[in-house]
Amino acid sequence: MDKRFVYADNSATTKISKPVLEAMMPYLTDHYGNASSIYSLGMDSARAILNARETVAKAIGAKTGEIYFTSGGSESDNWAIKCAAEVGASKGKKHIVTTVFEHHAVLHTCQYLEKHGFEVTYVPVDEMGLVHVSDIEKALRDDTCLVTVMFANNEIGTIQPIAEIGALCREKKILFHTDAVQAIGNVEIDVAEMNIDLLSMSGHKIHAPKGIGALYMRTGINLPNLIHGGAQERSKRAGTENVAGIVALATAISECTKNIPEKQARLSKIRDRIIAELTKIPESRLNGDPIKRLPGNVNISFRGIEGESLLLSLDLEGICASSGSACTSGSLDPSHVLLAIGLPHSTAHGSLRLSLSDENTEEDADYICEVVPRVVEKLRAMSPLWERILRDEDIDAE
Amino acid sequence: MIYSEKVMDHFANPRNVGEIPDADGVGEVGNAKCGDIMKMYIKVNDGIITDVKFKTFGCGAAVATSSMATELIKGKPIEEALKLTNKAVIEALDGLPAVKLHCSVLAEQAMKAALADYYRRQGVDPALIIGDLSAPDTCEI
Ligand SMILES: Cc1ncc(COP(=O)(O)O)c(C=O)c1O
Ligand SMILES: [Zn+2]
Repeated sequence: MDKRFVYADNSATTKISKPVLEAMMPYLTDHYGNASSIYSLGMDSARAILNARETVAKAIGAKTGEIYFTSGGSESDNWAIKCAAEVGASKGKKHIVTTVFEHHAVLHTCQYLEKHGFEVTYVPVDEMGLVHVSDIEKALRDDTCLVTVMFANNEIGTIQPIAEIGALCREKKILFHTDAVQAIGNVEIDVAEMNIDLLSMSGHKIHAPKGIGALYMRTGINLPNLIHGGAQERSKRAGTENVAGIVALATAISECTKNIPEKQARLSKIRDRIIAELTKIPESRLNGDPIKRLPGNVNISFRGIEGESLLLSLDLEGICASSGSACTSGSLDPSHVLLAIGLPHSTAHGSLRLSLSDENTEEDADYICEVVPRVVEKLRAMSPLWERILRDEDIDAE
Repeated sequence: MIYSEKVMDHFANPRNVGEIPDADGVGEVGNAKCGDIMKMYIKVNDGIITDVKFKTFGCGAAVATSSMATELIKGKPIEEALKLTNKAVIEALDGLPAVKLHCSVLAEQAMKAALADYYRRQGVDPALIIGDLSAPDTCEI
């Protein structure tokens, strides 16, 4: 097969799509007005923002006034969690429930709050990477002010029982936030039906630019500001609006939520073919539930090899992917997600995540299925760890 | 993160990969938990390292430093090889990103472990020549 370029890291970020670029372009060129200005150039921007807010709201079953634009997923998570904590503290409630495998935007925010007098319970996930509602329920206390559980995990793609957790939290009258950055466009979301109070979104995972996102905040919740200043976003989030980004986000959300079942069917077929092929490689395993899984997510560990060298080798073949190895995480430990589902360190180091988008084709899958086994074999041939695995040694003994 | 062209060259085309079945010394350092293991084989003749091969489980920096280290000691007298430092290997690779410095120490350690094995086989206490060989027991270096 001829060498080709395959971008299979869409959970890291995506390419801006043509419709998105076209929709945002006027606001980068002729329509540069400040939405707060009174003249018509400004009003054009204000109108674009209003339309965008309506579009985003509609896509997730929210009301227009419940959408606030932010700088991305991290800001939305920080806003929801820190400010829900602040409201909780004012009522003497200083306990938060989350899970062990959240994105760092949630985990590190919770750890920050722990340093400021909050208690956080990190609910475990099972070996398939699923949160159990009963475990969330057990973690709840009289002083719990917030439950935050991600909609879909960014590494292993597992989709969580968000509607059930939402129903539980509503019944217990506890605020419920979900980070839906990876879920938007891949899973049907209805915030009203699912009893979601706060939901984070990000543009760059769905073919809009980096640095734009939104927070859905249910009517009546009224969290204090994270960003103080001007009166933008109904005085809830200061900063001159990123009009082009906002228009891009709305266009991207409306595109990616247009036909979710069809997209799920097409992508999960490609996904499952890649999983079937790559798990034929000896000493490999699929990480995360095979079914309750984002349609574009493949996460497989290959024993005896290290993730970063796998990624570099794949890059030499034209394939962009990611890994949960320590050496790619920039820390000394491999991914907290892979450790949370019970992988030994050595197996977590050898993980490969491929994340597909609408732009990926069956030919991309053919190429991946041809290149990955070859590269794994090459790396194993030079791995002293693989020698030990072949000798059946217990490599995870301390 | 950016790797230099030399690092990428040594990663893509590692020199001296493999095993020496009748090696005069073999050293293996690192562990699976930390994500880096390096094994080095040497052939010694008249105090000269006539051949060297390596196998590495690890990241791009680990592979590239392994490869460069073998190039720097091949054909050299043992005394000269013993003077090879991590720093020299990194410099020969035109540097490594700061977060990768801890991945590079294995090359020097593996070479010393192989030489220690060589001396042990000769009935010589390697500690007298090579010094302390105890490896740190955490991933942090
Ligand atoms: C689940 C999840 N939450 C939050 C973020 C952060 O989003 P952003 O990059 O827009 O800040 C990401 C992406 O890195 C993510 O995957
Ligand atoms: Zn490394």
